Amino acid sequence: MSLLFNGRTGDNTTRRVGFFQRVFMGGINHLRQALASLGELWRSPLATFMTIGVLGLSITLPSTLYLMVKNTEKVTAGWEQAGEISLYLQSGTTEQQANQLLLAVSSMTSKIDSARLIAPDIALEEFEALSGLGDSLAYLDKNPLPYVLLITPKPQYLQPESAKRLLQELEQQSVVDFGKLDIEWLEKLYAIVSIAKDIVWIVAILLCVSVVLIIGNTIRLNILSQREEIAVMKLVGATDNFIRFPFLYTGFWYGFLGGLLAWMLVAFLLWWIQSGVENLAGLYQAEFTISGLDMQALGVILLISISLGLIGSLISVQKHIKEIEPS
Amino acid sequence: MIKFDRVSKTYLGGQQALQQVDFHIEPGEMAFLTGHSGAGKSTILKLISLMARPSVGNVLINGHNLNDIKLSQVPYIRRDIGMIFQSHQLLMDKTVFDNVALPLVIEGYSRKQIQKRVSAALDMVGLLHKIQQLPQALSGGEQQRVGIARAVVNRPPLLLADEPTGNLDPKLSMEIMRLFEDFNQAGVCVFVATHDLGLIARMKYRTLTIKQGRMIDDGLNDQNDPLSTLSDLHDPNLPPMTKLPPKYTL
Repeated sequence: MSLLFNGRTGDNTTRRVGFFQRVFMGGINHLRQALASLGELWRSPLATFMTIGVLGLSITLPSTLYLMVKNTEKVTAGWEQAGEISLYLQSGTTEQQANQLLLAVSSMTSKIDSARLIAPDIALEEFEALSGLGDSLAYLDKNPLPYVLLITPKPQYLQPESAKRLLQELEQQSVVDFGKLDIEWLEKLYAIVSIAKDIVWIVAILLCVSVVLIIGNTIRLNILSQREEIAVMKLVGATDNFIRFPFLYTGFWYGFLGGLLAWMLVAFLLWWIQSGVENLAGLYQAEFTISGLDMQALGVILLISISLGLIGSLISVQKHIKEIEPS
Repeated sequence: MIKFDRVSKTYLGGQQALQQVDFHIEPGEMAFLTGHSGAGKSTILKLISLMARPSVGNVLINGHNLNDIKLSQVPYIRRDIGMIFQSHQLLMDKTVFDNVALPLVIEGYSRKQIQKRVSAALDMVGLLHKIQQLPQALSGGEQQRVGIARAVVNRPPLLLADEPTGNLDPKLSMEIMRLFEDFNQAGVCVFVATHDLGLIARMKYRTLTIKQGRMIDDGLNDQNDPLSTLSDLHDPNLPPMTKLPPKYTL
């Protein structure tokens, strides 16, 4: 294409090529440029490795924290005794009434896993044994303890909100004085997990920004170190896009390799932690495997890191390639 | 082909490089531009190659006003102009082949075409045997010829040269000029800025003279001997023009 001279065309435009062939050739061209950028990185291995190392570590931290939070949620979801409900019956309730209530509650099988009745005598004995106040209790003229119904809800009623609703429902029953949900510490735990989640987000956002800045700065240095080459290319008629693409591919490779490194580091860290976690789980007679690092996680990590790489290089390229002009 | 229409150029900071410059170079012409260093030779070439824009006036190439060219179109203009520099502007870490191929790669020629054209261009400047070498391994004259091969590889209708023989001895300079003559005979418009008056005298082409930003001689007035107006430019070490060996005069 010539703007100044009619009829002057390069041989590239005189040949008629089909649409698909052009697309195919364009693809081949981009592949070649991408590989050329990769080769450029390979030519200065130390600098490249250091950059990729920084990127990998930056992405590793939020990825690891995210997996930890995910696994913590999995663990807490498995704690069923967390939502045990204690129903205290009115004083003066007879044994028969208490047993009737036990039957009624036990029949709510859609919501309740099991229910157990504790008679005042047994409760007092237990209290004597556990509190060490046996002698002073002898001064009481009658047993002050009421009947207590211990209820374990179904797992779907363990969330704080639904457990509360179940408690209110149970309190409607006759002869029930009040119910107590062993929920406070569960709420605290959920609050802590939610704070941890927020922290993960904050750390992730900060580190993602730093990845963009690191890649942007690295590409800026690349552009400046090739200032003369870019000037010469502009001199012989290169468009900004032509000059831009190799740097965008460099950003792409930084993101890709950084993401890959991060995935490997996370895998290594999880493998390291795994034995400790197994040990701990063994003490609770449970079995637990840290999960979450699968192919999907790899895909997500790579997608994010490549996007960050492209954003970083795009910012740099937009700004700096315009500035370089032959003189 | 190249037309300057009352062109003035003032650089940032107020330095006036050109004042009311007017000239016209016909298609297929070969012309020299001469003057002191700092007189505005490079500025004129920069205005033609769009490395600078005129402050006042119009620069036209082939009838197209360069003031109408948008920034995004500049690369396409440069593809029509072969440019040669005193500092040859080669990429030192690329082979001779890659250097010469650069304009074709940028224009998206096929690999086969590139191979063919680069070989032809290097053959023209007599460096086909150095095709795989790095520019560092070449002499100054050879580097300059690689630069020329790169300038002509996509067969531009217009060739600009800024002090192309600045670093070369007279014999090499003459060889380079003969190359330009060859291109000119093939129909390319050649415009050479140089202060090598001895060389100009031997070549007998139109010579435009610029002094302190003003065109004092556009080379069309036969009575006016360009060399007399520039007698102060003479290198005292050069022999007088009248004693040139006859074989150099045409």
